[in-house]
Amino acid sequence: MAGLSPGVKRKGLARGRSWPYHISLTVTAFVIAFPLLYAALISTQTNAEIFSFKLTPGSSLMDHFEIVWVTRDLAGAMWNSTVQSILVTVGKTVLALLAGLAFVYFKFRGKWIVFFLVLITLMMPTEVMILAMFRLVSGFGWQDTMAAIVVPFLASATGAFLFRQHFANLPAELLEASQIDGASPLQFLTKVLIPLSWNVIAALFVIQFVYTWNMFLWPSLIIRDESRQVVQAALQNLTNVGGSLTYGPLMLAAILASIPPAIVFVLMQKPFMSGFAIGQQK
Amino acid sequence: MLILGLVIAAVLGPLYVWQNNDNPTVKRYGIGSAVAVLGAAATPLAMGRCAFEEGSSGVDHLLAYSLMAGGAWLGLIVLQFLFDRVDGKAAEGAAMAGEIRTGGFRMGWWVPWVLLSPTLIILIVFLYLPAIQTFTLSTKLTRLGAPKSVDVCFGNFTELLITDPWKLVAYPLLAVAAIYGARFWLHHSSPNTWSRKGADVASVFAMLSIFVALYAMFSPGGGGQVAYRPVYLNTVIITLGIVAFGMIGGLAVAYLAFRKIRGATVYRTFLIWPYAISPAVAGVLFFMIFDPTAGIFTHLMDSWFGIDVPNYRENAVLAQASIILASGWKILGYNILFYLAGLQTVSLDQIEAAVLDGASTWQRFTKIVLPALSPITFFLLVTNLVYAFFEVYATIDFMTKGAPAGKTSVAIYEIIRIGVKNGDLGRGAAQSVLLFVAVIAITLWQFRSTGERVTYGGA
Repeated sequence: MAGLSPGVKRKGLARGRSWPYHISLTVTAFVIAFPLLYAALISTQTNAEIFSFKLTPGSSLMDHFEIVWVTRDLAGAMWNSTVQSILVTVGKTVLALLAGLAFVYFKFRGKWIVFFLVLITLMMPTEVMILAMFRLVSGFGWQDTMAAIVVPFLASATGAFLFRQHFANLPAELLEASQIDGASPLQFLTKVLIPLSWNVIAALFVIQFVYTWNMFLWPSLIIRDESRQVVQAALQNLTNVGGSLTYGPLMLAAILASIPPAIVFVLMQKPFMSGFAIGQQK
Repeated sequence: MLILGLVIAAVLGPLYVWQNNDNPTVKRYGIGSAVAVLGAAATPLAMGRCAFEEGSSGVDHLLAYSLMAGGAWLGLIVLQFLFDRVDGKAAEGAAMAGEIRTGGFRMGWWVPWVLLSPTLIILIVFLYLPAIQTFTLSTKLTRLGAPKSVDVCFGNFTELLITDPWKLVAYPLLAVAAIYGARFWLHHSSPNTWSRKGADVASVFAMLSIFVALYAMFSPGGGGQVAYRPVYLNTVIITLGIVAFGMIGGLAVAYLAFRKIRGATVYRTFLIWPYAISPAVAGVLFFMIFDPTAGIFTHLMDSWFGIDVPNYRENAVLAQASIILASGWKILGYNILFYLAGLQTVSLDQIEAAVLDGASTWQRFTKIVLPALSPITFFLLVTNLVYAFFEVYATIDFMTKGAPAGKTSVAIYEIIRIGVKNGDLGRGAAQSVLLFVAVIAITLWQFRSTGERVTYGGA
């Protein structure tokens, strides 16, 4: 990335008129947004309106909201997802910070063995061992508990390596100064390292929040009690409302389920991008 | 028979040591031989001699030998790593593990272990343990929730393959021969132009050969065998479809959007937001669009073009296409995000020089932009592949549930169908092992190629 200052030379590519770009970008954005816009339209319509293919908003948005939010307790499922996502995201960040601290600021025998033990897990996605994990976690008696959808996901190689790389690029003088002050490792972490790592923490937060919120397969296997289900798997129950397929409530639920990760993503776009730049450095 | 395999390992071990070390000592030859024997003996020791017992087939022997070879090879790779470390070649390894230049904290030896223990405990209990259990389960017949199990050795694997052991040996050999033949031919027919293009042709051809060989090796079903060939084919079609659609679409949109114009950041947000959408929601949205009675797609095709679109859940091609479209749409945002970041690194000096030389837009794109993007492309290829392997589960579950006639049942969907819905843990675990091997192969290919082929233009 050296020797390139965006903004200075970038003009060279925007010579000539810019309205063709505006038009094509608007059209592209519309095409990409179409499935969601269409779902928003459907979520306001009754089945009769849907079958007559009206392109104007219907009148039953509030009825659908009542069905989805109260009767089918999407609110409860959203709450479960919120608790799960926050616990996983915070837990993962804390564990990754501790691991990064140990990797960069300590010398100990067997460090490289630990390093490879963590590295190898990059090629071990949960999905390939999901049957054994299902048996194992059921054996713990964790079915239908929050622990089952939080604890297995608390550690991540990605997070540990992200912080390891970030810490290794910080100036070494930081450590010397803290040691002169007699700071303990945890004080060093909270007073020095964390204030210098907000970008990385934010990037990890976005990735992990979206990942956890959007989890489907594992919760749908291990959580059977509808009142404890997370929102993605709860959508499955909504494909059938009152014995027949009603499209409106399902579309509304899908939109509602997408709001929290979308907000997190849009709000934290900037730190997310700059944190990713750190992760991409070789 | 078993002994013969161990003897071969004892001979090949020192050969490997000879090839990878400058001046190996006798001691190293000895260690190499011993490690190869141990690696080869690992699986027979763990499983017993079951593959060589009375009534075992040629395919059983073949699998047992392959595992012995794999064990020996793995052992030797680890050994070589240790040798390199002793020789000081692996200073990089230490740097990778994050040594710092100054002293670090001087405290009790247990302090770093305490800091690492939460991570290690969770990785061991929830990744390593189930990984090992997946392998042990795959050699058994056992039902979900039932304590009893029967050892079936490689039975869960052999029933996925064709029954002729000679063909099982011949197909991979043919694939390897084809790959090296093609490389040789490309190299010699035009030695001066052997370059990126030649390498690309060769690697595409290599991939095709491997796909075809695997296709021929999986059983089409019948005769008590499991029809795994269709599952394999579905997985290849749907996976490659998603990756191709997601990456080409992502690059096209990013190339359109990276120019500095007014409101660029707003456009970007509106282009990349599907990143936050879940595979399940993608399934729900496209379930609506393609719905045969109420969906807008069917309606518009009929009223605008007079085309009567068949129900996508009853038509194999439409079903696969709709899964590809929904999943590709969902991953588009992710790819646009990374391609936008990658396009910032393209050298504008080079582009301006090319413009002065009279290169066309397309030439500039293929000769300058694409090569500069190759690290990002490669990174995206691997992440998209893994996405298409696993996350597609939710989309399929909402749209087709594997219909029609299992034509959208990909590997992960089949694992859940057999392992959880049918409660057949052993068979499901065997299919999981296949997927595991595929993931490991992709990751190793990534590690190897990252150093070897990808150009880091501008980075």
